[in-house]
Amino acid sequence: MHLVLEQIINGLTIGSFYALIALGYSMVYGVLKLINFAHGDFFAMGSYIGYTVLVFLVAGATVSMGPWAGMGLAVLTAGVSLMAVGIAVERAAYRPVYRAGRLPAVVSALGASIFLQNVIMLVWGPRYQAYPADLIPAARIHFGDLTVTMLQLVILALSFALMSALYYVIQKTTFGAAVRATAHDRNTAALMGINFNRVIVFIFTLGPALGAVAGVMVGMYYRQISFTMGWNYGLKAFTATILGGIGNLPGAMFGGLILGVLEMLGAAYISAAWKDVFVFLILILVLIVRPTGLFGERTAEKV
Amino acid sequence: MGLSRAHAANDTVLSTKGLTKVFGGLKAVDSLDLEVHRGEILSLIGPNGAGKTTVFNVVTGIYTPEAGEVIFDGRPITGMKPHRIVSLGIARTFQNIRLFPDMTCLENVMAGQHVRSRAGFLSSLFRTPGMRREEAQIERTAMERLSQVGLERFAHDLAKNIAYGSQRMLEIARALATEPRLLVLDEPSSGLNPKETRDLMSFLEGLIQNDDLTILLIEHDMNVVMGISDWVVVMDDGVKIAEGRPEDIYHDPLVIEAYLGRESEEG
Amino acid sequence: MRDLQNLSGGGLRSARLLAPLAFACLVTAYPFAVSDYLIDIGFFFGIYALLGLSLNIVLGEVGLFDLGHAGFYAIGAYVTAVLNTRYQVPVLVLMPVSCLAAALFAYLVCSPIIHLKGDYLCIVTIGMGEIVRLALINNPFDLTGGPNGVFGIDFPRVGNLLVVDSSIEYYFLVWITVGVSIAGLVSLQHSRIGRAWNCIREDAVAAQATGINVRAYKLLAFVLGAALAGAAGNIYASKLMCVSPESFTFWESCLMFCIVLIGGMGSIPGVIVGAAFISLFPEIFRPFAMYRMLVFGSIMIVMMMVRPGGFWPRKRGAVTLRPLMEDTADGAV
Repeated sequence: MHLVLEQIINGLTIGSFYALIALGYSMVYGVLKLINFAHGDFFAMGSYIGYTVLVFLVAGATVSMGPWAGMGLAVLTAGVSLMAVGIAVERAAYRPVYRAGRLPAVVSALGASIFLQNVIMLVWGPRYQAYPADLIPAARIHFGDLTVTMLQLVILALSFALMSALYYVIQKTTFGAAVRATAHDRNTAALMGINFNRVIVFIFTLGPALGAVAGVMVGMYYRQISFTMGWNYGLKAFTATILGGIGNLPGAMFGGLILGVLEMLGAAYISAAWKDVFVFLILILVLIVRPTGLFGERTAEKV
Repeated sequence: MGLSRAHAANDTVLSTKGLTKVFGGLKAVDSLDLEVHRGEILSLIGPNGAGKTTVFNVVTGIYTPEAGEVIFDGRPITGMKPHRIVSLGIARTFQNIRLFPDMTCLENVMAGQHVRSRAGFLSSLFRTPGMRREEAQIERTAMERLSQVGLERFAHDLAKNIAYGSQRMLEIARALATEPRLLVLDEPSSGLNPKETRDLMSFLEGLIQNDDLTILLIEHDMNVVMGISDWVVVMDDGVKIAEGRPEDIYHDPLVIEAYLGRESEEG
Repeated sequence: MRDLQNLSGGGLRSARLLAPLAFACLVTAYPFAVSDYLIDIGFFFGIYALLGLSLNIVLGEVGLFDLGHAGFYAIGAYVTAVLNTRYQVPVLVLMPVSCLAAALFAYLVCSPIIHLKGDYLCIVTIGMGEIVRLALINNPFDLTGGPNGVFGIDFPRVGNLLVVDSSIEYYFLVWITVGVSIAGLVSLQHSRIGRAWNCIREDAVAAQATGINVRAYKLLAFVLGAALAGAAGNIYASKLMCVSPESFTFWESCLMFCIVLIGGMGSIPGVIVGAAFISLFPEIFRPFAMYRMLVFGSIMIVMMMVRPGGFWPRKRGAVTLRPLMEDTADGAV
C-alpha cells in the first residue's frame, strides 16, 4: 500500500511540473489560439538560469545561506528573467504574425523554439549540466513506512501556492476577468475597452515565469538538465493541457497532475520503458470518448 | 402564381413528425410537424431563436434530433449523414454564407457536382478518358449554374473576392449544382440591397416554375415572404404556432402578437 | 491541367510549364556536375521533398494538423529494414510493401480519431508519432533492435543486373520517386478528389452540406500521405543501410510541418522550395557551425512575417484573365 502512495506522491511531484508548464500553454492558447511551441524552451531556460544562480552561490561561498534560501533565490531570478524573455519573444516572433492567421504563427513559434534552444546551447554548452548537490535540500520525512523528501513537499507546496494564486487572479480580479473575456471573444472584449496588448503582456509574463519556476524545480529534483529538455517536458505539458481541455486553466492544472500520477503508476505497475506510451494511449482514449478533453466544454458547433 | 402551386396538393416531398432537438436541456425545436409539398415555396418564419435554423440543420443531417422523424420522398432520413442527404436530393445554403473562400467561383460550383460524379481514386490518378469526360461535364454543368445566377464572368475569381450579394447567389448556384429536388435556403435575402432582393425573388420564382424543385426557406424580410411563398409556417420558442397562406398569416392575430407584434415593439 | 486545356493561349501553357521543366533539367544535370558529397545533399533534399509532398496531402490539401507524420515515415523504414535483414526480401519489392504497411497503419490509427477537430487532432497525431518512436526504442518482440535500430539493409537491386549502390543512383531513385509522386498529385489536385479535399480545408461544414463525405476523404488523405511517407522511409533505410528511432522524432515531424507551411499550403512547387530550405540551409551554412540553427530559427520567423501564405502559394483560377484581382488576393492573405 505504501508503494502506491509513494508513487502517487512522486506522480503529483512531476505532475506539478507539468501543470505549471501547462498553464502557460493554456493561457496563450486561450487568448491567441496559438500552440506556443517555444514554451518548453522558456522552461528549459529557466532551469539553466536557476542553475547559474546556484553555481554562482557556491562559487561565492554563500552556502551558509542554506539550501532553501538558494532555492528561493534561484526560483525568483529564473522567474523574473523569463518574464523579460517571454515579453521579448512575444514582441519579436508572435506579434508581427498574429494577423496572418494561425498557421504562420505555428511556424514562427517553432522558429522561436529552435532559436531559444540554440541560445541555451551557445550560452551553457551542449552537454548535460548538474545542479550543485550541496545546495539541494536533502531532508527526508517518514510517515510510518512512507518516505517523502522535504524537497518534494516544498515543490508541491510551492506549485499549489502558485497555481492557487494564478487561479485567484484569473477568476477573482478585474484584470483576470479581462483576460477571460479576451479568451472568450477577442473582438467583443476590445469593444468593451479591454486592452488586448496588456492581456498579451500579462500572459507572456506569467506563463514563462511559471514555466521557469518549474524548470528550477525540475533541476533540483532530478539534478541533471540539458538544453533539449524543453521539448520533452513541453510535449508532456502540452499533452496535459489537451487532456484537461485546452484553454481551461483548472483543466490544465488537473491535466498535469493526472498525467504525472498516471506516468508514475504506469512506470511502477506496467513497465518503466512503456510509461510514456501508456500516457499517450490514455490521452488518445480520453479524446476519443471526450473530444474536447476531460474538462473541456462540449459545445455543438454553431452552424 | 401561388395558386398554381397549391399547398393542398397531397404530394408531400418533406415532412417532419414530432421533431425535437434539445441543446443543454433547452428544447430548440419541440415536436414539430411540418409538411412541404412538391413544387411549392414554403417559408419558415418566426422571431430570432425560434428554432428555424435548427430545423434546417436537423433536416440536412448536421444535427441528430432527440426525437421525431424526418421523411424525404417517402423514406426516413433521420440521423443520416449530411452527404447522404445531399445525394438523395436536399441541398442547402447557410444564413452566414459558407463558401470555399480560397477556391474560384467555378470550383465552388463544381464541388456541388461531387455527389453526381463518380471518378474514383485510380481513375483520377491516371486521368482515364472516362474521368476526363466526366471532369469536362462537371465543368460544363457548373458553368451553366453560374450563368443561371449571372456570375459566369466571375468564374475564375476567388469566391472571397466577389461582392456580398454575388456570394449569396454563388452559394445558391453551388446548391443547385447538386441537382436537388428540395432546396433549403437560410435567409437568402439577408444582407442584400432592395434591387438584389427583387432579383432574388424573381430568380426563385423562375426556378420553381422551370424545374422539378421545391423550396423551403427561412426569411425575415416580410416582402419576400408575402411575395413568393405559397405557404407560411410560423415558429416561436421551438413550436409551430400557425401556418397558412401568406395573406392569412399576415392577418392572424396570434401571429401578429407572437411575432410581428413583438418585432414591431423592438423596431 | 484543366486550366491548361481550357485556355487556348499557347504562351500561357509554356509559361506554366517553364518553371517545372527548368527544375527537372536542373535536377537531372546536377549530379553529373558535382561531388558525391553534394549528390548526397541532393538526395536528402529529395527525401524531404517526398516527405513534404506526403504531409502536404494531409496538411496542405485537407488542412489537418498532423504533427506525427514521422510515425508513418518510421513504419515504412522499419518494415523495409526488418523484412530485408530478417527475411532477405529485396528492398525494391519492399517499397510497395512499406507504402501499404504505412497506409494500413494510418487507416487503423486514424479511423477512431478522424472526427477530432484542429488542435485535438494535432495532439493525437503527436501522441501517435511518439508511441511509434517509443515502441521502436522498446524493441517489441525483439524486432526493432531497440535504441540501436536495425543494421545491414541491402541495396535496392534487381538480381545482380541493376544494383543501386552509388550516390548518384540513390539520388535518381529518390528524385524519380518524387517526380512520379508529383505527377500523381497534380492529377489528383485537378480531380473531384482534390477538389473535395480543398473544400474540407476551406469549410468542413459547407463541404458536408455540399455532399462531400468528409470523414472518408480525410481518411483517404491520411492513408495516401502515410503511403508516400512509407516510400520515403524505404529509400531512406536502404540509403543509410541502418535505421534507428532517433531519425523519427517529433522534431522530424515538425520539420515536415515547416516544409509545407514555408512553401505554401497545398502548393507542390511550394513543397519543393520548403524542402530545399529545410535540407539545404543547414548544409550551406555549415561554416557558421554553432550559429546556423540560431539563424535558421530566426529566418523561419522572418519568413512568416514577410510571406505568411508561404513562399510559393498555390495559384488558383486563371491568372491571366484578371491578374490584378489575383495580386490583391495574394496581398490580402
